[in-house]
Amino acid sequence: MGIFVNKNTRVLIQGITGKEGSFHARACIEYGTKVVAGITPGKGGQKMDDVPVFDTVSQAVKETGANASLIFVPPPFGADAIVEAADSGVDMIVTITEGIPILDMLKVKNYLATKNCRLIGPNCPGIITPGECKIGIMPGKIHKKGNIGVVSRSGTLTYEVVDQLTKAGLGQSTCIGIGGDPVTGTSFIDVLAAFEADEDTHGVVMVGEIGGSTEEQAAAYIKKHMTKPVVGFIAGLTAPPGRRMGHAGAIISGSSGTGAAKIQAFRENGVHTCENLGEIGRICKTIF
Amino acid sequence: MKIHEYQAKELFRKFNIPVARSGVAFSKEEALKISVGLGGFPVVVKAQIHAGGRGKGGGVKLAANPEQVLTIAEQFLGMTLVTHQTGSEGRIVRKVLVEAGQSIDKEYYLSLLVDRQTEKIVIMASQAGGIDIENVAEKTPEKIFKVYVDPLLGIQGYQMREVGFRLGFPAPAMKQLYGMLFNLYKFFVEYDASLVEINPLILTSGGTVLALDAKVDFDSNALYRHKDLLEFRDFGEEDPMEVDASRYSLNYINLDGNVGNIVNGAGLAMATMDIIKNAGATPANFMDVGGGASSEQVENAFRIILADPKVKAILINIFGGILRCDVFARGVVEAAKKTGVNIPVVVRMEGTNVEMGKQILAESGLNLTSASDLLDAAAKIAAAVN
Repeated sequence: MGIFVNKNTRVLIQGITGKEGSFHARACIEYGTKVVAGITPGKGGQKMDDVPVFDTVSQAVKETGANASLIFVPPPFGADAIVEAADSGVDMIVTITEGIPILDMLKVKNYLATKNCRLIGPNCPGIITPGECKIGIMPGKIHKKGNIGVVSRSGTLTYEVVDQLTKAGLGQSTCIGIGGDPVTGTSFIDVLAAFEADEDTHGVVMVGEIGGSTEEQAAAYIKKHMTKPVVGFIAGLTAPPGRRMGHAGAIISGSSGTGAAKIQAFRENGVHTCENLGEIGRICKTIF
Repeated sequence: MKIHEYQAKELFRKFNIPVARSGVAFSKEEALKISVGLGGFPVVVKAQIHAGGRGKGGGVKLAANPEQVLTIAEQFLGMTLVTHQTGSEGRIVRKVLVEAGQSIDKEYYLSLLVDRQTEKIVIMASQAGGIDIENVAEKTPEKIFKVYVDPLLGIQGYQMREVGFRLGFPAPAMKQLYGMLFNLYKFFVEYDASLVEINPLILTSGGTVLALDAKVDFDSNALYRHKDLLEFRDFGEEDPMEVDASRYSLNYINLDGNVGNIVNGAGLAMATMDIIKNAGATPANFMDVGGGASSEQVENAFRIILADPKVKAILINIFGGILRCDVFARGVVEAAKKTGVNIPVVVRMEGTNVEMGKQILAESGLNLTSASDLLDAAAKIAAAVN
C-alpha cells in the first residue's frame, strides 16, 4: 500500500520528449509505473515509445484518466507547468525541476491552497512505493518493499539512506523526497501524518538538512501526534553560516536554520537521532 | 546574488525610491571630485563591500571638507575591512560611495523578504533603526513588527498604513512613506529580490524620507529574466576558485580544512563533510557535482580541488542515480591524467553501473584507495591526513 501513490496511480509526464523526460519516463515504465500519457506542447498526436503525447494536460487527463503528473520542464516554465497540472484536476503533482524562481513558487503555493491536489517538490527526486509505483528519478533497484517510511529534503542522500535500509533487511513502504527548495509543496508534517495513518508503515526515517525550521516543526509534531518510532538525521552540521549549500533552501541565516538546533529539537521531542550517516542502517535495525 | 550599496541605490532611483545624492569612486581623486559636486559638506564616505556592519567595522566616515575626503578615501581604498559578517579574513575595499550628508531627525529599520514559513512576502519594520538589527531581534524582538503580503494580491493600502502607524510616522511624511513602500514592493517582485533591507530609513530634519543604506540580494534562480543585473556581479567579492567552479555549474564552496571531497548531490555532499569531521579530519570544501554531471564537469571538479594547496587528501563519494558511476570514473581518470595526482585519493562508489566504474578506476593505473562503505571511507581518509 504505502502512501500517496500505489499500483493504481495513472501517471502523465510533462516534458516527456525532452532528454531527461524521456530517459526517466522509460525508467519509470520499466519499474512498473503506469505511465499513460506525455505532454509536449506542439507534439500532440505523436508517441514516445508506446506512450501517447498530448499538447495539453487537460486533454491527456480527459482521454487517459491520468491522476498524477510528473514534471520535467526547464525552470522558467516550471510554475506554468504546475498550475496547468493543478487546473487539469490531477490529485498529485511531482516536480523534479531544479531552479524555479522562489517568487514563482510563492504564487504557485498560494494558488494551490485553493485546489484539491498535492504537490511534491520542486527540486526533488520524487516518490516511490516499492514494488508498485515510481514517480521520480531515484534508482528503483535499491528499494525493497517493506514497512519503513522515508522522507527527505534531498536526492542522493535519500538513496544512500534507502540503500543502507535495504542492506540491513529493512524494506520501505513509501519513500518521498520533498525537495531542497525554500518553498516546497508537501512538508515533513504532511508526510509524517500520512505515515502515521498508514497501516503498512511501522516506522519512519526523516532526513533533514540545514536551513529553515521545518525539522523543528516536524519534531514538535512527532512528539504530539506520532506513535510510530522516528529516526532523524540532519545533513550540514559542518556547513558555514550564510552560504547556500547547493540546495536553494540549505542556508543558515543568522542564528536560524543551524544543524545543532535541529538535532536538539529531535532529541527534545523523542526522535531517535543519528549523527553519522554511515551508521543509519545499523541504528534503524536496532530501533525498528 | 548580492550587489553593492551603490548599485542598489542606482536601481532604487529607477524605481523612484528616494535616496541621497551620491556617486561611486574607485580612486581618491574621483572621490574628491564627487564630493565637491554634491553641493556642500559634510559628506559621507562609505566603503563598498558585500557585507553588513560596515559602520561598526570602521568603513563609514564623515568628511567635513575636501581634504578629509581625500584622507578617508585613501585610507579606505585597498584596506581590508573586517565586520561581524565578513569573518576574520575581512574583505578588500575597492570602491567607495561618496554621499551628501543628511541632518537626521529619526532613524527606522525596513526590509522586505521571502518568509519560508508563511510562504508570503514579509515586510519587517522597526522604530529601532540605524543599529544592528540582529541584536534588536535577539534582545527586544517586540520592537520589530511584521506585515505579511499575499504574493497573489500584492501590497495593499491598509498594509502600508499599518507600517506607517506602527512606525509612529509623523502625518506630514506619511504619503512619502506609502510611495516608498509601494515602489519597494514593486522593485522586489519585478527584480526577483530575495531581500531588500534599508537600515536606516531616515526622516531628515527637513521632513524628507530617504533610504540612507540599501542592501539587496537577488534570487540566483531568476537571473535568467534579469540580464541587466548580470553586469552588477562583482567577481572581486567572490572566491576565485568558486568563480571557476561556477563556470561549470558546479556547486563549490571553499572551506578551511584539508580533506578535499567530491560528491554528487547537495545533501550527500553536506553529509560527507560531516562524516569527515566525525572521523577526526576537516573538510576543505563543499563540492556537489550535481545529480546528472557530465565527464567534463567531474574532470573540472577534480582539477579545481587538486589545485587547492591546502588539500592533503581527497575523498570521492558517489551514489550513482542519474549520474552513472562509469561516467564519473571516466571524468576522474581524465582529470588525474591531465593534472597528475600526488596525494591520497579514497573512492567510495555505489549505485548505477558501479561495477563498470570500479573497473575503469582499477584499470587506469592511478593510485586510488577504494572504500567499501561510508564508515570505511571516513576511516581511510582520516588515516591519510592524520
